[in-house]
Amino acid sequence: MANQIEPILAKSATTGAPAIAAPVVVAVPQSRRPRGLGHFLEQEHILAGALLAPTLVILTLFIAYPFVLGIWLAVSDKVVGRPGNFVGLHNFWVNLNDTIFLRAFQNTFVYTFIATVLKLALGMGAALLLNHHFRFKRIVRAGMLLPWIVPTVLSTLAWQWMFDATFSVFNWTLMNVGLISQRILWLGDGTMAMGCLVLVNVWRGMPFFAITLLAGLQTVNPDLHEAAEIDGANAWQRFWRVTLPLIKPIMLVVVLFSMIATFADFQLIYVLTRGGPYSSTHVFGTYAYEIAMRAAKLGQGASISLFLFPFLLMIIVFQLWYIRRSD
Amino acid sequence: MAVRYGSPLKRAVTFYIPLTVMVGATLFPFYWMVITSIRPDSELYNVKMNPFFTLHPTFKHFQDLFELTMFPQWAWNTLFIAVVSTGISLFCGLLAGYALARLQFRWAPSLGTVIFITYLVPPTLLFIPLGDVVKAFGIGDTPWAVILTYPTFLIPFCTWLLMGYFKTIPREIEDCARIDGASRIQAMVRISFPLAVPGILSAGIFAFTLSWNEFLYALVFLSSPQQKTIPIGVFTELVRGDVFYWGPLMAGALLGSIPVALVYSFFVEHYVTALTGAVKG
Repeated sequence: MANQIEPILAKSATTGAPAIAAPVVVAVPQSRRPRGLGHFLEQEHILAGALLAPTLVILTLFIAYPFVLGIWLAVSDKVVGRPGNFVGLHNFWVNLNDTIFLRAFQNTFVYTFIATVLKLALGMGAALLLNHHFRFKRIVRAGMLLPWIVPTVLSTLAWQWMFDATFSVFNWTLMNVGLISQRILWLGDGTMAMGCLVLVNVWRGMPFFAITLLAGLQTVNPDLHEAAEIDGANAWQRFWRVTLPLIKPIMLVVVLFSMIATFADFQLIYVLTRGGPYSSTHVFGTYAYEIAMRAAKLGQGASISLFLFPFLLMIIVFQLWYIRRSD
Repeated sequence: MAVRYGSPLKRAVTFYIPLTVMVGATLFPFYWMVITSIRPDSELYNVKMNPFFTLHPTFKHFQDLFELTMFPQWAWNTLFIAVVSTGISLFCGLLAGYALARLQFRWAPSLGTVIFITYLVPPTLLFIPLGDVVKAFGIGDTPWAVILTYPTFLIPFCTWLLMGYFKTIPREIEDCARIDGASRIQAMVRISFPLAVPGILSAGIFAFTLSWNEFLYALVFLSSPQQKTIPIGVFTELVRGDVFYWGPLMAGALLGSIPVALVYSFFVEHYVTALTGAVKG
């Protein structure tokens, strides 16, 4: 084999290619390289194609194709059990004249905005607390993530039971402490129910913020804090002027991820209120399900979930732009 | 970060009290699941009783759950689906992550972006047309309906995480193996893949919990009771109209949460790595 490498080494040296890298790529397996498939896969772009093929097949069949199909459904009058006809933008026109849809539209934004702000604020607070040294820190940190780990449906059912009209534990406690004399119907009216949805969403999503922001905080060099302290900065100033700018990148990414998930939420709302009472707490996801699966109007439903798309696209484009910029 | 210890009172107010409140609020719903699942119905539905504890714990709700519903079948379905879809996703994600991190070809950057975008596509956007696709393939109401669709969000995640991981493994190690006569594929399988095991483990744990917990696709694609997963079964079969069977419901919620919580507790560090790696990319 040695006598094979040498001439190539010499050749690569004369052409000015890097002397080490060239023989690695070109020379070595020459003698024992099997002709056929193995030989074929030595070429990097072909190997890359082979390695990416399973992924691309699955993503094409179950994301790209359904996406195109979804656009077709949204401009058709397809209902379950019969083929649809092209109806143009009729479905969108119907949506924009549907008061429940408009309420869902508004709810989606209110839910996303309030829940994300609260998750960020509380998550930051929790991360700052967890950044202290204390006993049982590992256990507390692990326990903190539990709401994020367990199936959302199952924990939301526990919340639903806690918000029960008759047997709510909150009511029992408040009444026995003497703060209220009549039961509060937690899920009884639209505004109250939206508040409960935000509360459960914050409970579930806050640990994700806390743990990722904690990872960000741990990369902050303590010397910077000491330097700021010597210069006379108080704790609040140190947080705003030193910590926050340093963890801004990870904070932004966490917020964007969480916004996408909250914006497209389905299960939490569907389990806790099913869009009720009186269809006042629907969001895009639950209303699309209601129309497509309950009322069997697939075309109409698809047009509702398509409303998610422009906003998701904006967040994704922003995120890609941000990643490129920070690279 | 520098942490200074002030007076005990100050530390209590600024640290121990907020921490206790936070941990309490985080864990209370789980306590509520446990206590509800062991209180007898006569206590559950009595507003006069103190709901925070019971002097007559019972396993009747668990018994009902196993005898009156198909809970063991749901548990098996959930496990089977989570394991197989995680396996498929790890396989695809490992190969794709390697290709995107290591191989030089013209489409590498744009494919990386495409996979990142699919990672951000939520199930809510696609479940209606995907239901049609699943039916067209003749796999509606079978485990394969979700086993093949969960990878749409698991593969991009695994790819993204493992791509990041492969970038941290020095390329020179593979080059050495190639100088010693290994082929391109041998170097990949024998050298780089074993070094990526911690990354694979992180991605696997995370993917397993995601597929165990998934709700929307399972709700839409699986309809017969014997095909359901735990989240769907507990939610649909223990609620009849307006009647909630709270005892068995909370028992089912508890039993459905314990396996993921256990897996997670064994691999907390791997899970946190996956979580933070997933957002950092």
